[in-house]
Amino acid sequence: MTSEQSSKSSSRNGSNHLLKRVWYSTSVPVFAVLLALLIGAIILLVSGADPLQAYAALIKGSFGNTEALSRTLQKTTPLIFSGLAVAFAFKAGLFNIGAQGQLLFGAIVAAVLGFGIHGLPAVLHASLALLGGAFAGALFGAIPGALKTYTGAHEVITTIMLNYIAINITDYLADGPWKDMTPGNIVARTPKILDTARIPSVAGLPLGFLIALIFSVVTWWLLRKTTIGFEIRTVGLNPNAAKYAGIKVAKTIILTMVLSGLLAGIGGAIETQGVVGRYQPGFNTGLGFDGITIALLGKTNPIGVIPAALIVGAMKAGSSQMQFSAGVAKEITDVIQALILFFVAADMIVRWLLRIRAAEEEKVTLSTGWGQQ
Amino acid sequence: MNETFALEVKNITKRFPGVLANDRVDFNLRKGEIHALLGENGAGKSTLMNVIYGLYTPDDGEIFINNQKVEIHNPHDAIHAGIGMVHQHFMLVPVFTVVENIILGSEITKRTYLDLNTASKKVKQLSHDYGLVVDPDAVVEDLPVGIQQRVEIVKALFRDAKILVLDEPTAVLTPQEVEDLFVVMRNLTERGVSIVFITHKLKEVLEIADRITVMRRGKVVGTTTPSETSEAKLAEMMVGREVLLQVEKAPAIPGDVVIKVSDLVIKDERDLVVVKDVSFDIRAGEILGVAGVQGNGQTELVETLTGLRQAESGTITINGTIMPFQNPRVMIEAGIAHIPEDRMKHGLVLPYSVADNLVLCTYYRPPFARGIERNIRSVYDNSERLIEQFDIRTPSPLVSAGTLSGGNQQKVIVARELSRENHLLIANQPTRGLDVGSIEYIHKRLIEMRDSGIAVLLVSAELDEIKSLADRIIVMYQGNIVATVDADKISRSELGLLMAGSQVANIPSLN
Ligand SMILES: Nc1ncnc2c1ncn2[C@@H]1O[C@H](COP(=O)(O)OP(=O)(O)OP(=O)(O)O)[C@@H](O)[C@H]1O
Ligand SMILES: [Mg+2]
Repeated sequence: MTSEQSSKSSSRNGSNHLLKRVWYSTSVPVFAVLLALLIGAIILLVSGADPLQAYAALIKGSFGNTEALSRTLQKTTPLIFSGLAVAFAFKAGLFNIGAQGQLLFGAIVAAVLGFGIHGLPAVLHASLALLGGAFAGALFGAIPGALKTYTGAHEVITTIMLNYIAINITDYLADGPWKDMTPGNIVARTPKILDTARIPSVAGLPLGFLIALIFSVVTWWLLRKTTIGFEIRTVGLNPNAAKYAGIKVAKTIILTMVLSGLLAGIGGAIETQGVVGRYQPGFNTGLGFDGITIALLGKTNPIGVIPAALIVGAMKAGSSQMQFSAGVAKEITDVIQALILFFVAADMIVRWLLRIRAAEEEKVTLSTGWGQQ
Repeated sequence: MNETFALEVKNITKRFPGVLANDRVDFNLRKGEIHALLGENGAGKSTLMNVIYGLYTPDDGEIFINNQKVEIHNPHDAIHAGIGMVHQHFMLVPVFTVVENIILGSEITKRTYLDLNTASKKVKQLSHDYGLVVDPDAVVEDLPVGIQQRVEIVKALFRDAKILVLDEPTAVLTPQEVEDLFVVMRNLTERGVSIVFITHKLKEVLEIADRITVMRRGKVVGTTTPSETSEAKLAEMMVGREVLLQVEKAPAIPGDVVIKVSDLVIKDERDLVVVKDVSFDIRAGEILGVAGVQGNGQTELVETLTGLRQAESGTITINGTIMPFQNPRVMIEAGIAHIPEDRMKHGLVLPYSVADNLVLCTYYRPPFARGIERNIRSVYDNSERLIEQFDIRTPSPLVSAGTLSGGNQQKVIVARELSRENHLLIANQPTRGLDVGSIEYIHKRLIEMRDSGIAVLLVSAELDEIKSLADRIIVMYQGNIVATVDADKISRSELGLLMAGSQVANIPSLN
């Protein structure tokens, strides 16, 4: 076939293809969410609540007014980062369960820089704290990367263990050297960060959320449009071919974990600087782990992570309203979230339930992401 | 007359996005015959067989077994209908034993516990009946490819296959293993098994087939028998034009030494010395052939020369500079191109597009990247150019390499490596799985490269290929170079003797 023929046939099928691709990549996540909501509704029904009322309250509490929306975006922000962290590592074939620990370090270092440094102008101070948090996350992410390349220790094991180390170290710091010594305070927490270190909201729109959107795009760009991304994806898809192509596999793995940790660290820093205002143990619990659900729900695509994080963020934001006006325990949102994770992870079950045939045709992947031309 | 066919397909059509892989194909298989299926790369042979084995759902067409229409929706149905398939890339679990592999997949439906002893007995019986010698308790990863293939065949017979599909079984076999396979195939047909045999080697077809069907661009071109046809006629049927089966080349005009290998000692994964004190050099403008039965150190030698493997001692000098070990990037930068032996393992990233695979080794350089930013446009343009030049059959540069036919995947690698600026080409089985037309083209390109002053190291299991392309030949046996000879001073059979371990002193023409 001549190239002229082939380009003709590809443009003929172009728009059709694109639709198919979009359908193929979103059908499972969308159905996973719907299925989870459906089962959630059944559980609500069985427990004697009105699912419609509950879900209406959930939506009202998360998107009903500007205040609710703002709260949703705030909750979504760290989730985007932890989702990005997990998704990014996935591209190199790494399963970073340690986003939680990396995020905690980002959060506490941002807090220290936020309360410990005085006399800086606002933009500079906030940026410095953010950078510090990013750096802390990156450093903590580097450890499992280095352990993997130099000793062969599997990152799933090391990141799980490092999470405990992170929890205990940050607990200690917040209850010891960096404890809030305001008279009367007995809880473990750092002092409040200065106003100059805060990441504010502008007209109800949290700036942190904007930063998260920017990072999603940058991560997408890095993976899709740069040589570094090409190296990372090659290592993830075929390490032998990567080596053959002259890519330094060990270096790439460490770099990936550093950047993954960096993303998680920024998530923690923004949570400190934009929401909590200090570091307090327990306030960031679960954010890193949610990243796993979000990365899978977003099909490990940095842009897909945004709507995925939004769904989880909205449930977190609206759950109080639901409890309040529909009398449904907040925990039902945790159940729904767990069901979502279950269904996206068990891709096959959804496919089977919905008879989505993983037809051989659909294996035609446009891996470079420039099918639009 | 209404003949009963073991297998008959009518009007099979299978479409992939942008490709009509099977276009109203009719094909039949008589009881107890060996029916060879020929066709250029991407003609639709594997697709047709995958349809018959239930891996693909055809868009149209019918399948008959013993003149009875059957519905085959998945491999389970196919096995039930008595069809067995040996894929080109084996589907065995490397860490399992032979019996475990054989019963894998069939155990669940029949028993609640694994009756390995009974299975083992049945395997032994099958081995005995058909002359398929395998040790049921051997671990698969320790077995040579020829034996692994046997395991695949036994696996099919274990499920009572009456129809056996062999997709390019000889591509990875040594000449001796091919002979052994043919004995087995004849044994099977004598016992009533019918065989579809896919290959690109015309000699084999003429030797073993009862009938030959040729496909081109998704359609059946015709069916013939070995007595009515010849290599040249088959080649023409396949490609649609006359094919030069002989390579034409002028004598080499060697220039300066490009690569000098001194006293190289290499160990394999099991810490055994597999290359012992090997030294040779290659000059610009010459092709050095490496002959040897697989497993005599050639793989490890090539991996070391291309930076994939550490050597124990010795040096590699390229254009006067001593090269580091285990640094493929340095080797690429020094102008070494490498067609790897195993295209799935090293040569391709299957989920990547054809375009990305075509820049796998040069993605970071201009014009494919500026700084860290990739230049997608030039990656695309490059792929369009190479697809046309090397006649890679793909609906678009953007489909993933994994969807290409085996031979077209190989062409992607060859196109990438031959098109890049280089001083030395290391080609390990460069034409494995290619059709005659493509082989002709690649051979021509290799000679052109030689004539333009590039040094070429050619490793091939095809004696004919080595004989006709190489200017000088080194023979490897058990990790040693046992002979270095001029290609035109040695016959094919003498080469065979050296490869089997004969001493140079025993070859009259070399003394
Ligand atoms: N899963 C798939 N998705 C998309 N296209 C495919 C797929 N499998 C095969 N094709 C296309 O169908 C055509 C026929 O491929 P097939 O593998 O049947 O060729 P073949 O005759 O076996 O060639 P070869 O000798 O190279 O193995 C090719 O153009 C290939 O690109
Ligand atoms: Mg094939």
